[in-house]
Amino acid sequence: MFNLRKFWQSSSGLHLKDYHKEQSTQQPVRKLTAANASELVIPLQQHSGHKPKIIVKAGDFVYKGQCLAEAEGVISVPVHASTSGRIQAIEERPIAHPSGLTDLCVILIPDGQDNWGDQRLVPIKNYAEASATVLRERVSQAGIVGLGGAVFPSAIKLNVPESVQLTTLVINGAECEPYITCDDLLMREQASEIITGCLIMLRALHEHAPSQGLECLIGIEDNKPQAIQAMQVAAEHTKDTRIKIVPVPTQYPTGGERQLIHILTGREVPSGRRPTDIGVLCHNVATARAIYQAVVLGQPLISRYVTVTGKGVVQPQNFDVPIGLSMHTLIQAAGGYTSKAKRLIMGGSMMGVALPTDQIPVVKATNCLWVSEQATEAITLPCIRCGQCAEACPVNLLPQQLYWHARARNLEKVEQHHIFDCIECGCCAYVCPSHIPLVDYYRYAKADIYAQREAREKADLARERHDFHQERLERAKREKAEKLAKHKEVAQTKTSQDDKQAAIQAALERAKAKKAQQAAPAPSATAAEDKPA
Amino acid sequence: MMFGTKTSPYMHAPQSVGQVMAQVIYALVPGTLVLLWFFGWGVVTNLLLGLGFALGLEALMLKLRQRPLIPFLTDYSALVTGWLLAVALPPYAPWWLLLIAMVFAIVIAKHLYGGLGYNPFNPAMVGYAAVLVSFPIEMTSWPTPELTSIGNISLSETLQQVFLGGISTWDGLTQATPLDTIKTHLRLGETVEQIRQGQAFGWIAGQGWEWVSLAWLAGGLWLIYRKIISWHIPVALIAALAGMSMMFWLINPHSYSSPLFHLVSGATILGAFFIATDPVSASTTPLGKLLYAGGIGCFTYIIRVWGNYPDAIAFAVLIMNMAVPLLDTYTQPRVYGTKGRFGL
Ligand code: SF4
Ligand code: SF4
Repeated sequence: MFNLRKFWQSSSGLHLKDYHKEQSTQQPVRKLTAANASELVIPLQQHSGHKPKIIVKAGDFVYKGQCLAEAEGVISVPVHASTSGRIQAIEERPIAHPSGLTDLCVILIPDGQDNWGDQRLVPIKNYAEASATVLRERVSQAGIVGLGGAVFPSAIKLNVPESVQLTTLVINGAECEPYITCDDLLMREQASEIITGCLIMLRALHEHAPSQGLECLIGIEDNKPQAIQAMQVAAEHTKDTRIKIVPVPTQYPTGGERQLIHILTGREVPSGRRPTDIGVLCHNVATARAIYQAVVLGQPLISRYVTVTGKGVVQPQNFDVPIGLSMHTLIQAAGGYTSKAKRLIMGGSMMGVALPTDQIPVVKATNCLWVSEQATEAITLPCIRCGQCAEACPVNLLPQQLYWHARARNLEKVEQHHIFDCIECGCCAYVCPSHIPLVDYYRYAKADIYAQREAREKADLARERHDFHQERLERAKREKAEKLAKHKEVAQTKTSQDDKQAAIQAALERAKAKKAQQAAPAPSATAAEDKPA
Repeated sequence: MMFGTKTSPYMHAPQSVGQVMAQVIYALVPGTLVLLWFFGWGVVTNLLLGLGFALGLEALMLKLRQRPLIPFLTDYSALVTGWLLAVALPPYAPWWLLLIAMVFAIVIAKHLYGGLGYNPFNPAMVGYAAVLVSFPIEMTSWPTPELTSIGNISLSETLQQVFLGGISTWDGLTQATPLDTIKTHLRLGETVEQIRQGQAFGWIAGQGWEWVSLAWLAGGLWLIYRKIISWHIPVALIAALAGMSMMFWLINPHSYSSPLFHLVSGATILGAFFIATDPVSASTTPLGKLLYAGGIGCFTYIIRVWGNYPDAIAFAVLIMNMAVPLLDTYTQPRVYGTKGRFGL
């Protein structure tokens, strides 16, 4: 069951000297309770997709685990109360966004009881016999989203199209970004729950499995020996041969969905397609554990592991944090800020988001709070075409050419250079000796291209409307003329030959109109991008 | 508490353009020391004048172009250009030759094209080619290693030679380079073996040249080890030159020199590891680098054997510089999850 599995290592990416992980792995995870927090701020939109519909109102009392907003739309999940208490307001509050954007949040004043009431979902103990629909339904009901960072509703990912045959379920425990250790600690401490979560997923996918069963590969970077060991023991305990723990080389960004799939299976996900197109489905270890909690314990997703780390906090460590707790409270739990604190980043040092303030709630996407010291800002020099960026790019792009074209606003060339395959991992900017903020250029270029596409779609739509309107006017005119002709015909009793001609004429005109209609292009559908974790 | 916001990534490798260029300079040191051993003070004057002119002209151009001095002077790119030219030109070169070469390199090839990062042609080679075409006599009179090795020509004689236009014994101290000798004598109908009996030759090429080449090689390998340059360009350049010379040598060893001779002669090794690898003017994709350097190797051989110049690296590099935009466009590597150029 162990190891000695072949993997497909790639030469690109980064081998860092220090991943800065030890600082936050020295002590066990500390559980924080929401009961004595002054307030919880629970944003409605914590996933990628449609906003759920609020079903409580200010003044209501809610139990822990009670649904606050239910899924609405195709890609949506409900949101639950992280503790019991009274709803003070439903209002706009700042959310985790670099520009301090606000969004609709439920403000919950805990009553200190942390009371579930009757709000636990009914545990599905015999998940091994449950139907896929029941399991998916539960995952959706529990508000579970991808906890690796993409926060895409997990039930939808598990709902694989009927025609798709899967071969491999990849479980992502790589955790390749510097500073982040929440998955590492989760694997050390909750290995058997993760493994059970994997078994539940295997059950939910059994209709798509080949006859010998679906293979479940759990990829963990080899800089986490304790996690590998714990997962190993837990996997052996199940005696299920489908589950294999695979230590993978420590190399950023191994934890990117597409990168991990390639390392574990040797297969590449085609550009612009999804992993299921090559028979692979990928979920994060924390997601697997959340699925376990939802199915076996009947608990919705109301807390998660969060790493608090960096030179800017007194006691770096991991916490089990109720969703909605203020980041400020969380940092205080870690001993508060040191004098070096200069930057607050949600996520890791390569792909995280810098936040202007800590008066922001922890959400399902919050895997790490990194309080960094002041970095020396180097001056940006011109690109010297050294090619270091291309060597580092895990997707094999030519970052330097992308940069060149993005700077010249040559969007067509930018697209030709596969900008939409860029995962914004930051490897290129990390190595660039000229200190060019390469990823910024790609973000702008992507946004530009989206804006351009949108504008074009709007123009197309407008033209179509115009054409339709024109066609309607013409048809009215034509019909009037035809009617008139008929009247005349009746009055003058024409010969049958003329009759025929009129019919031909009418047919011709109809054909013409139809052609005109077809000539107007249909609006192109933009494919939903699958953002790798 | 309010925090500064910036966009990811928030970490950076401890690396800057200045550090990259500084390592190139370190790698040039062993070869330069061996040159010094064989050719004496003339190497020092070349170097000091070269570096001085390069820095001065760089600063002047930055001023004229209203660019900040410090960040661009500390990127050390001008020093690398100056150093490369200084060791490529014959030792004891008159000061004005170095100045003219540097003007072509720094002012024309670099700054008039937009400065660091924007020059399509290798600045050092533009400088070299310009003086080679204009002053063939000065450029072909290389000092003889044994006669000029360190201690044989005094410092005052050196200064006189460099600044005052020549010492009386100078003609006796110079000779044509091995590459040049072979070419001239082959045209007189002699065979390679006969020519090599001459005293100018060591065990492979000219006396001392083997050691100089080995020292450049050591520095170059260190650069590869440090990941400052990739293996593609040196390997492809050397392979192409060796391949070409091997082919003709096997056909007729009497009229063509051996591959080893070509590798050790002239600026082959210096060119392969230090000149052709100039990132700004070279191709950037792996396949592009192979083609680019392969082209330089082939052109070097062609110009050496059938051209009229003593060495050919400079012209070969400049020719292939012109092909770089095309090479870069058509040699994009296969992107993850896409089909490659040949449907691979
Ligand atoms: S790493 Fe920076 S300087 Fe080097 S080629 Fe890429 S963008 Fe240019
Ligand atoms: S950010 Fe994009 S271009 Fe840069 S290394 Fe990552 S994938 Fe490549």
